[in-house]
Amino acid sequence: MRVPFKTSHRHDIRLFADRYQALRYAALLTLAIALPFLLDDFMIGEVTGVLIWAIGGMGLMILTGHAGQISLGHAAFLAVGCYANVILMDRFGLPFPVSFTLAGIVAGLAGVLVAVPVFRLHGIYLAIATLALTMLVEDIIVLTEPWTGGVVGLTAPTITIAGMDVDRFSSPDRFYWLCLSITLLVTLAYCNILRAPLGRAFLAIRDSEASAQAMGVHVARTKAAAFGLSCLVTGWAGALLGHYFYTFNHEVFTVVVSIQLLLMIVIGGIGSIHGAFYGAFVVGVIPQAINISRDWVTAVLGTSGVAVPGLETGVFGLILVLFILFEPYGVHGRITKWKTYFELFPFYRRDLFRRQKSYLKTERIR
Amino acid sequence: MEDLQLMVSGLANGCVYGLVALGFVLIYKATEQVNFAQGDMMMLGAFVAIGLGNESHAGLPFWLACAGAVFAMGAVGMAMERTLLRPLFGQSQIAVVILTIAFGFVLRFAAGAIWGHDPLVMDNPVAGAHVAFGQVVLGADEIAVIAVTVLLTGLLFLFFSRTKLGIAMQAASQNQLAAYYMGIPVKRIHGITWMLAGVTAAVAGILFAAKGSVDPSAGFLGIKAFAAAVIGGFGSLPGALLGGLIIGLVEPFAARYVAAGYAQIAPYAVLILVLIFRPHGLVAQVRGKKL
Repeated sequence: MRVPFKTSHRHDIRLFADRYQALRYAALLTLAIALPFLLDDFMIGEVTGVLIWAIGGMGLMILTGHAGQISLGHAAFLAVGCYANVILMDRFGLPFPVSFTLAGIVAGLAGVLVAVPVFRLHGIYLAIATLALTMLVEDIIVLTEPWTGGVVGLTAPTITIAGMDVDRFSSPDRFYWLCLSITLLVTLAYCNILRAPLGRAFLAIRDSEASAQAMGVHVARTKAAAFGLSCLVTGWAGALLGHYFYTFNHEVFTVVVSIQLLLMIVIGGIGSIHGAFYGAFVVGVIPQAINISRDWVTAVLGTSGVAVPGLETGVFGLILVLFILFEPYGVHGRITKWKTYFELFPFYRRDLFRRQKSYLKTERIR
Repeated sequence: MEDLQLMVSGLANGCVYGLVALGFVLIYKATEQVNFAQGDMMMLGAFVAIGLGNESHAGLPFWLACAGAVFAMGAVGMAMERTLLRPLFGQSQIAVVILTIAFGFVLRFAAGAIWGHDPLVMDNPVAGAHVAFGQVVLGADEIAVIAVTVLLTGLLFLFFSRTKLGIAMQAASQNQLAAYYMGIPVKRIHGITWMLAGVTAAVAGILFAAKGSVDPSAGFLGIKAFAAAVIGGFGSLPGALLGGLIIGLVEPFAARYVAAGYAQIAPYAVLILVLIFRPHGLVAQVRGKKL
């Protein structure tokens, strides 16, 4: 049982709590870098997918987990980032690092543009407005056919960085390292934002807009910043996703993707960076697990493979329902509880993490 | 004349949206929760009715099948409240939103596994019948949809404003704690509300399945119905119907007069405009946030 005793502000905001924790993350990073030497190409492809979804999850986590604004429309910003990146590479011949950065910025600006009229709304109304946005984007992609290729879609060109070709199929290892380095940068930036005044302002807004305002936080501006940052990161995830899918059209960025992104961070654990990674991992593992268990069922029962359409989303929904009912803070919450149990042993109490109940009051006053 | 025809079919469509929106509003008005699975509950209601009533399935008489579906969906609504929503009592609205979205997925999967993914039409006594008013030809099913919707909205409106239970529901939503103090069994009220929402979903589902065809992804209609509820001002029953009618009318007219491709955008464009210029809907229920 360790009792960390904080004696200064610097102590409170530093990146790692102690040397032990820093070492653990260094080990994790080493393992991640060495992964292509340990796994085959197919598995590396899967892990790359998990990393990209984790970036997207972090994008939404800034907005929903930390600034407390729910969005059901982030597939729209994935789409903006994805299309912007490929169009900038194809039409304007920009190298990948430039087009990638710009794609994120375009998505971020789109986010701020959306946020400005919409941030007068909150809670449910914001969710609806963003939901409508995703519904629109699908059609807008089809309508702006000269740029987006409409129903046919676009094909992502090969990335060239420092004379090396990076491609999902011919050089999956390099593509993995590219995604890993971007994930690392985004994660670091995210950690730093949370330590900075802006991150604290996000938390203040999430917990109570009125008290945040009373403490001198400019609510509207901070919300717009949260929206912008969130969409920037989501746009980057979209750009990588474009290269990951290789070809894509309007059907890739449906409302289901938006919802999946939201469900992902809830399963992972809302309000923590870890949660984005755990969620992405769970989402990446479910289809594989279903495939394996299907083979297993077939082998045991001797029946032909039962292909039930919609099984994936059904299982996904069920897992999520169970999480919300029994572990509202997701995988990360569960792990934190276990960790606390051992750290405080034998003083852990069951109600240590109990959430305070609140009685709802209507916002509709007549 | 063509416009009139478009208008009537739009109204009939709008009524179905309005009915689903009614389910949203009902739950929101009485419990402050938002049920994103309402569209999927409608889909389930339609399938239960088809499963009971169609020749190819159980083959019960039409009215018996309707009664069975209404009864079953009432039970489903109540069971949902008891098993899923009650443990979340006292938690944030967002948790309920995410829970119901996820449960919608589960319902969709269950319906697909039981009844298959092919579109089904419900056998009904008025199928194919027409009534001509001058040059306007109305399908009997369209008339039935409009009549039932108006009747149901009126009944629910009276229920909320006149009966003791309805007023208790309003009280439970306006301030849960104060309602407790006044001796209102808030949790039981929630159960009854979800049962009513299930019944509304079943009625909407029956009308939807009789008018067109239904498949497991029909629940996505819930998104349009949601738009309708928001346009009308979330929390107002007549507003929900109004919003549904607006969406229902905008669709066919946009398809007729706006360039192809832009038409399906129209309902959402209307929604975003309403949200920007009248954030609390046309029949606004909000005057300002109380702390």
